Amino acid sequence: MIIDIISWFCLLVGGFLCISGAVGIFRFPDFFSRMHAASVTDSLGSGLIILGLVLQSSEWLVISKLVFIQIFIFLTSPTSSHALAKAALHSGLRPWTKPVAGRDDR
Amino acid sequence: MTIEFLIDIIILGFLVITAVGIAVSKDLFASVMLAGIYSLLSAVFFVVMDAVDVAFTEASVGAGISTILMLSTLTLTGQFEDPSRHNKTLGFVVVFITGSLLIFGTTDMPIFGDALAPVQLHLAPHFIENSYAEVGMPNIVTSVLASYRGYDTFGETVVIFTAGIGVLTLLGFSSGGSTPLVSVVAPMHQHKILRVVSKMLIPPILIFALYVQFHGDYGPGGGFQAGVIFAAAIILYAMVFGLDTARKVINQSVIQILSALGVLLYGSVGLVSFLNGKNFLDYSVLAHDPLHGQHYGILLVELGVGITVTAVMVSIFFTFASRVDKEHGGNA
Repeated sequence: MIIDIISWFCLLVGGFLCISGAVGIFRFPDFFSRMHAASVTDSLGSGLIILGLVLQSSEWLVISKLVFIQIFIFLTSPTSSHALAKAALHSGLRPWTKPVAGRDDR
Repeated sequence: MTIEFLIDIIILGFLVITAVGIAVSKDLFASVMLAGIYSLLSAVFFVVMDAVDVAFTEASVGAGISTILMLSTLTLTGQFEDPSRHNKTLGFVVVFITGSLLIFGTTDMPIFGDALAPVQLHLAPHFIENSYAEVGMPNIVTSVLASYRGYDTFGETVVIFTAGIGVLTLLGFSSGGSTPLVSVVAPMHQHKILRVVSKMLIPPILIFALYVQFHGDYGPGGGFQAGVIFAAAIILYAMVFGLDTARKVINQSVIQILSALGVLLYGSVGLVSFLNGKNFLDYSVLAHDPLHGQHYGILLVELGVGITVTAVMVSIFFTFASRVDKEHGGNA
């Protein structure tokens, strides 16, 4: 029962983080902040969902498969975000800053 | 209205939106990424329909390797679509007529999930009830794919092999011997994190490919998926550590021979059953016990598929990459 509550809590918070990440991708002003929103979905959202699923399952085979998936996501998703940000910065994209009156950034 | 029906509708709606996005977008890079998303969505749809083998293939082939190959094509063609030089209305009329005919054709098909559809009455019960006794595989999909429909799968393997030959003839042999000594696809020395993480990930990917290859009799998987995953690991290695390093590990002429060898292995299994007086690709003659024969046959045939798929994918990527060298070699 308590395990059920914890697992549903993880699933719901994970789902909420995924949705908020999707909203962030649409609402944030520039590439880098959007990427930040997407990486929240990847790391914490999927992590919590997988934790919730682990708590739901009783078979060790399923649990170990889920753990493997989580390790894989944990390694690949920050790496891809890093590579993406680096590529963007190298190709000359500057992070968005709040426009200041009287200063021309471009 | 069940929740599964709702999920079906939502996924199919996403598929239509993505398809329209691909057609409308002038940015080829965006089109390629959308095509990858389209494949992932179809994979999700197949999972909802309980077709995990197909979903696995779609995810690894459609979303994985073909996206990589399309992206490497984009380095040759440029990112944006050329302004159209042909008549757009003519194309629209042709597409419209074809689409209407296809939709008209669906009216003759049995409705979705119809228990009385011919396929549910004739073949599917036979496979479900008898395949374990006849072939001895827990995974029915594998026994259908590799044993009952072995001839079709042989055709698919030959198609992949032919595609590899086609790419090689179009791009590979155009001006042989003029490849620059140092490839443009240089090792990413400045990307330390990428190098470290790929070093950690490539061995598990290769092991996973072998698992998919040899576990296909018992769970989802098989030669096609395994070959593609294996090729993806090699392509990742080539992209992160440079084409020259990858060429030292994987000899290009060996990989071309391997792509033919896989088809040859598949065909020879069929010939062996021919010579033993059975039908082409009837594996029951390969051992004293027909069930063991089926096991050996499916193992060999899937191995042939895996070898061909890996070799063709890797050689297509190498061909694209050396073409990039030829185009951009001067200003590197």
